[in-house]
Amino acid sequence: MIWNALAIAVREIGRNLTRAFLTVLGIFIGVAAIITMVTLGQGATLAVKAQISSLGNNLLTLRPGAGFGSRASSAGVPHFTEKDALSIEEQIAGIASVAPVRTAMLSTIYLQNARASSVTGTTPVYFQINKWNLADGRFFNDADLRSGSAVCVIGNTVRTELFGIENPIGAKIRIGKASCEVIGLLVAKGQAGMGDQDDTIVMPLSALQRRMIGKTSSHDISQISISAQDGTDSSALITEITSLMRQRRNLQRNQDNNFNIFDTRQIAETLGSTTQLMTMLLAAVAGVSLLVGGIGIMNIMLVSVTERTREIGIRLAIGATASEVLLQFLVEAVTLSCVGGLVGMILAFGLCAGLARIIQVPFNFNLQINLVAFLFAAVVGVVFGYTPARRAARLNPIDALRHE
Amino acid sequence: MTTPESGPLIELHGVTKTYGLGDAAFQALKGINLTVQSGEFVAIMGVSGSGKSTLMNVLGCLDTATAGTYQYQGIAVEELDANERSLLRRYALGFVFQGFNLLARTSSLDNVELPLLYRGVSRKERHERAVAALTSVGLPTKLRSTPAELSGGQQQRVAIARAIVTEPSTLFADEPTGNLDSVTTGDVMQLLTRLNQDRGITVLVVTHDDHVATFARRTVVIKDGLIESDLVRT
Repeated sequence: MIWNALAIAVREIGRNLTRAFLTVLGIFIGVAAIITMVTLGQGATLAVKAQISSLGNNLLTLRPGAGFGSRASSAGVPHFTEKDALSIEEQIAGIASVAPVRTAMLSTIYLQNARASSVTGTTPVYFQINKWNLADGRFFNDADLRSGSAVCVIGNTVRTELFGIENPIGAKIRIGKASCEVIGLLVAKGQAGMGDQDDTIVMPLSALQRRMIGKTSSHDISQISISAQDGTDSSALITEITSLMRQRRNLQRNQDNNFNIFDTRQIAETLGSTTQLMTMLLAAVAGVSLLVGGIGIMNIMLVSVTERTREIGIRLAIGATASEVLLQFLVEAVTLSCVGGLVGMILAFGLCAGLARIIQVPFNFNLQINLVAFLFAAVVGVVFGYTPARRAARLNPIDALRHE
Repeated sequence: MTTPESGPLIELHGVTKTYGLGDAAFQALKGINLTVQSGEFVAIMGVSGSGKSTLMNVLGCLDTATAGTYQYQGIAVEELDANERSLLRRYALGFVFQGFNLLARTSSLDNVELPLLYRGVSRKERHERAVAALTSVGLPTKLRSTPAELSGGQQQRVAIARAIVTEPSTLFADEPTGNLDSVTTGDVMQLLTRLNQDRGITVLVVTHDDHVATFARRTVVIKDGLIESDLVRT
């Protein structure tokens, strides 16, 4: 009886290819849409998380000026000094390391290639705090810092712009007024949504101050990078650093802070919740497309219900039992839904792989969403394919035959 | 299934059929007593709304009577459930309808094979018997044609082939010529007559057309849900 129903169902599908195709289409679009959107949404979330963690998890950045970024607000405000950095390291608990940072835009020249680059003078702990890794060569060390050696570590963008495919290690480049040896190449971090992090040259602070800039205000630094120990409450830390700095900068009680502290964890949390929202939005859109697919299937099934009710009447009249007819319809619905679901999953896999490459997010095959989408499509197909048939098969054959 | 020598093929006693409930109830059959012997060719006549089609649907187990008894070859049909009525149709009855009721987009051959499929007949035998049935109704060249490619008379002959391919003991035809012109009507009725005479199939034809009724040896006239006359031509 099962084989009989299978044979009849396969025959019926072959005989009504347009109807079969439209049913499959509805299911497969829904399945492909939800799998693709959720998978890409998760990829994007992962990509954002990875970039945030490349900034450093427990990183606090201390800058002069009342707010983020704006140069106008830091005009006339006293800079920090190396002593400020030292006092934070010594006086505040829960701090892993502190790096004074001085940045300057300087012209860099290698052979006939010239460009303006952001040059950072700092101490060796800077690499650790900002989670830089070496692709080649070495970092500068405390000895380089003490002697003020003219050595530098370059980011991937600088390497591409100045050296092309040439190996930069050991080469001498001109930075500002002095020549400097490249001793290390940093692993690329990529775009973090806050500028090109790889467009950087890092050298000992002492070298930058003495050789590249000249004597004026040579002990000033532009910012202080601070990494907290794991498990330290960053808001308590910020309060302590704030009061220490107010004291060191002789601010009166009625005066506002003339510096600010930038907390990457805070940014990470904000961005994290934003991407989560984005994923939920994508899932909602995908849910709607699955719903639309379901309605499409329902439409096809309902449009053909008159014809199919008569078909059921004919089958009953020539001696089919209700259960045989239902088995046939069930096999048809299951076959079409499963074919649609499978084709949708295959298409979604291709789409995800292709789109992930184009928009540069990681592609992780998500078994769960594949199963959920497939099951939903199968259930929709079977319910809408089977329910009208069940109603028709319960009729007297003559009523099914006369159905208009 | 062969007809037992004793007893009639069809025996109805006080069969009624009521549609609807309460005040809206309509009694289509008001108490029919009818006996048909195996091998008869019976025309059931009457005007529209007389209840003749209702009677045929009850006889053909496509519909159930509200009250009364119906014995087919000694089987009490009113005691059968829907499944058992399906099996009775499968093994003993054949149908021809006014509107042909062939499966759309389906070849003549597949339409005729369908009842055999439900009987579990092997593919090879199905094919042979369907070809034989279509040949016997004069359509050996239309095996692959779908209903849309056939004329009304040809479609009705495919429907007759589908009805007789299982070699039923009774063939029910409800206004089989209602959609056909007079020439084709003659062809179809001659075909039914031949099936009755050559193969001994009992034929019951529902019609309102006097000309169609002349092919039958016995004419039962229904009026307002009751048998008005029951005449056998001699």
